[in-house]
Amino acid sequence: MSKLALILIILAYLGVLFLIAYWAEKNHTSKWVNHPVIYALSLAVYCSAWTYYGSVGMAARSGVEFLTIYIGPIIAAPLWIFLMRKIIQLSKLYNISSIADFISLRYGNNRSLGAIVTLVCAASIIPYISLQLKAISETFEIVTTSTIGIEGNSVLTDSTFYIAIILAVFASFFGTLSLDASKNRKGVMFSVAFESVLKLFFFLIIGVYVSFYLFDGTTDLYAKASTEIDLQKLSTINTDYGGINWYFTIVLSFLAIFLLPRQFQTSVVEYTNRKQLKTAIWLFPLYLLLFNVFVIFIAWGGLLLLGDEVNADYFTLLIPMSFGHNWLSILVFLGGLSAVISMVVVSTLALSTMLSNNLIIPYGFIKTFSENKSSQNEKTIKTIRRISVFVLIILAYLLYSSFNPEISLFSIGLISFLIIAQLAPSFFIGMFWNRGSSLGAKYGLLAGCFVVIYTYLAPFFTENIFDYSSFASQGPMQINALKPYALFGVDFLNPVNHSLYWSLFVNLSFYLIFSIVKKGDYRERNYGEMFVNSEEVAQMKETAYVWKGEAYVEDIQNILVKFIGENRAQKAIRIFRKRYQVDPNERLADGRFINFAEKLLTGAVGSASAKILIGNVAKEKPVSLIEVLKILEENKEAISESKTLQEKSEQLLKLTNKLKMVNQELKIQDQLKDDFLDTVAHELKTPITSIKASCEVLLEDEDMPADIQEQFLNNINHDTDRLTILINDILDLEKLSSGRDEMNFQTNSLSACIQEAIEGVQSIANKKQVSINWKSTSKLKLKFDYNKMIQVFTNVLSNALKFVEEGKGKIDISVTEDEEFYFCSFSDNGKGIPEEDLQLIFKKFYQSKNQMLKKPTGSGFGLAICKQIVDLHEGEIFAISKLQKGAEIIIKLPHNHEN
Amino acid sequence: MKKILIVDDEPNIIMALEYALKKKSYLVYIARDGDEAIRLADENLPDLVVLDIMMPKVDGYEVLRHLKSESPIKDSIKVVFISAKNKEDDIEQGLSLGADNYLTKPFSIKKLLNEIETQLEN
Repeated sequence: MSKLALILIILAYLGVLFLIAYWAEKNHTSKWVNHPVIYALSLAVYCSAWTYYGSVGMAARSGVEFLTIYIGPIIAAPLWIFLMRKIIQLSKLYNISSIADFISLRYGNNRSLGAIVTLVCAASIIPYISLQLKAISETFEIVTTSTIGIEGNSVLTDSTFYIAIILAVFASFFGTLSLDASKNRKGVMFSVAFESVLKLFFFLIIGVYVSFYLFDGTTDLYAKASTEIDLQKLSTINTDYGGINWYFTIVLSFLAIFLLPRQFQTSVVEYTNRKQLKTAIWLFPLYLLLFNVFVIFIAWGGLLLLGDEVNADYFTLLIPMSFGHNWLSILVFLGGLSAVISMVVVSTLALSTMLSNNLIIPYGFIKTFSENKSSQNEKTIKTIRRISVFVLIILAYLLYSSFNPEISLFSIGLISFLIIAQLAPSFFIGMFWNRGSSLGAKYGLLAGCFVVIYTYLAPFFTENIFDYSSFASQGPMQINALKPYALFGVDFLNPVNHSLYWSLFVNLSFYLIFSIVKKGDYRERNYGEMFVNSEEVAQMKETAYVWKGEAYVEDIQNILVKFIGENRAQKAIRIFRKRYQVDPNERLADGRFINFAEKLLTGAVGSASAKILIGNVAKEKPVSLIEVLKILEENKEAISESKTLQEKSEQLLKLTNKLKMVNQELKIQDQLKDDFLDTVAHELKTPITSIKASCEVLLEDEDMPADIQEQFLNNINHDTDRLTILINDILDLEKLSSGRDEMNFQTNSLSACIQEAIEGVQSIANKKQVSINWKSTSKLKLKFDYNKMIQVFTNVLSNALKFVEEGKGKIDISVTEDEEFYFCSFSDNGKGIPEEDLQLIFKKFYQSKNQMLKKPTGSGFGLAICKQIVDLHEGEIFAISKLQKGAEIIIKLPHNHEN
Repeated sequence: MKKILIVDDEPNIIMALEYALKKKSYLVYIARDGDEAIRLADENLPDLVVLDIMMPKVDGYEVLRHLKSESPIKDSIKVVFISAKNKEDDIEQGLSLGADNYLTKPFSIKKLLNEIETQLEN
């Protein structure tokens, strides 16, 4: 394959990545860009070229040991629920944008600590980036079967250089779109996720190709490998201390998954919602497992096909090439390129933020910034970050160009892990131990790094670069106990694990000792408390921060405007005032406002600079440790109190709602009662008015003819009867509906009851010449209140008699039954009931509107009383419309009822 | 002779009223519901209407509305409500709709006769 063709392919591929990142940035709210799977896949930035190429090399050289690098993260994944949640919670709470910020803030916005962490990260990551560039360069050579690199040629002819520059452009463009470094970079993350898919896919292709195309499956490979290679060495933990070595490497990778800047960037800074963690917990380990399925088989295949003469790191490229499948090598190359790009971009992004926010700004620009205008500041900060990106990549390139080609990918990767692991004590313990101090963190970190240099870097470089091996093998001045690879006689660990053991031991000891011996100042303790009690702090927000002193809102506002711009500053302050209901005219700033402002600035310039900026305008008075602890304690109590209060108020709310409903019901009842009383009053007044009027007429006119006198007297008599009936009915109804009238249920004959009711009205019927037709078919035994039912039947019959025509009237009574009910039907040939009244007639005081001229006697309660009685029998009374032929009332009584 | 229309759905009340009014030599018309009241008023053009409010179908308010805004004698006719509704609100409503007076049931016939006289003099 020609160089040019490959370069064109690379350029095309980078173009696609640019487009993808650009699209995602433009559609940063889209469902796809924010899908939890994208988050999980972006974590796979962990799998760099080291994984892509180095694992196979490692597997070919020393067997299954490569797996340790993946076991750590897989073990860590379930822990995320607890540990990562806390880290994320804290980071989001304080607008933290990098691990340096995290550690520096935990120890009281400590400027020098932030700087040290940044330098440690740079020391760890720059060689790692070099490693990636080395991988590109070497794989480029292999695929084009040419020699590149800068030996003999100038930098300008080295393709790797250009690729590095393009990566720098990519990272600086998409990484610094927002000034606030704690904001998400959707474009970069989406392209990283895309690359994660590609690299896995291409790696699986080559795995399948080797295992199933070149060999007859994994069993065949194993069979062949077991005869030709020393499999014993390659598939088991081979030395006596192999187990311990495994253990240490697992610890190393476990720490790396939390501490590597690129992992912190993808898992913490770019985190947006809970679903992401839930998905990542299973998807990320699954991804790692898939990535490692074929590693060992490719390694065996490579050893079987190519022998151990060639660089085993590149078996994945060399195997297809040796069979003439160049296209496959190109795919593999692109997979590797993806791994490189995502690692380099995310790492430089994270590092550049750290460099700008924790080193360059707090140590150089902070003064200039406080004097500049906001637009200028934003520009400068972004420029600093962009330049940092380029500087980092160029540094890495320079380091790469001086690499000894003998150094394997795997060993440089481990150096990187080893250095970054030094952050572990101050990072992890700081989250759970409030006493951890900045002094302890600093000394621990420095001492740990020194041990790493002594026990690993120094011997490694003297051996590999300067070919001077006596330091490594015999120790300085040939003192046995100081042998760098076997300090104090610990000789059973491999160099990396040996170094890890001693460095972490020293680091941790320093951290603990200095933290205990010298207490941190109040500020550190304040943040210590806030980090340890992150759950409470998340609820308390700014109130968890103890601050005493004098500062003016206006001064702080000016700073905010300078660093986050007029609009954002105004908006933020509005939100703050609303949250704490602070009077907008309050000129003095309190601790909450100070803390709030610091958080805002942290996102833009890092925690250390934020502290310095606020410190410039605020006269801070020291706070005693007791005050810090007291306020936190008080706040905790306040929270638990407010929780109980909240619970109580919820209960109260429920009660209130219940009361409201009951009240509503009572109101309705009251209204009904009022209506009832109104109607009763009206009904009572009518006969009284009539009586009064008649009396007056009688009294006034002494000459009234006797027949008219008699008529008035008759009227009075009639009206008093009406009053009596009315009052009795009201009392009846009241007794029935209040339940004071007890029903007397006895087994009795329904037909006898009906018969008795008929006999009661017979005389009126006879007078009106109305025929009542009733044929009792059976005895119809059931349990009911005999007297009450007579009242019902009598009432229904009286109504019928009222409405039928004299002489032509006819009332038919019949009883039918089904399995559950008796149906007593009273049908007449009167004037019937209009459709709209069918329901109303059973309401109290209904009197048909069609009564017209002669008002029949009746209180209007009759049918209402019937309904009450039938209801108490668990039956039903209703009218059927038969407007033409008269009315029909049905009384439905159950065979059995509960009463 | 002044013409008076009595509107009530209660025959015994009507009977007493009719007797008393005739005695005072008014010409008396009788309606037992709202429909009939409107019809009789339009036919006979009474000077005054004694009007019950709570009646089936067309109630007293509706009759009043007709009398005071649609009938041929809308400008001269006097209306006196007689009703069992005796709450302040009811009385106010009746008067605000244009009734000339409002007597609550049970009322004194003497008072009603005086009222009728006063109204007819105005």
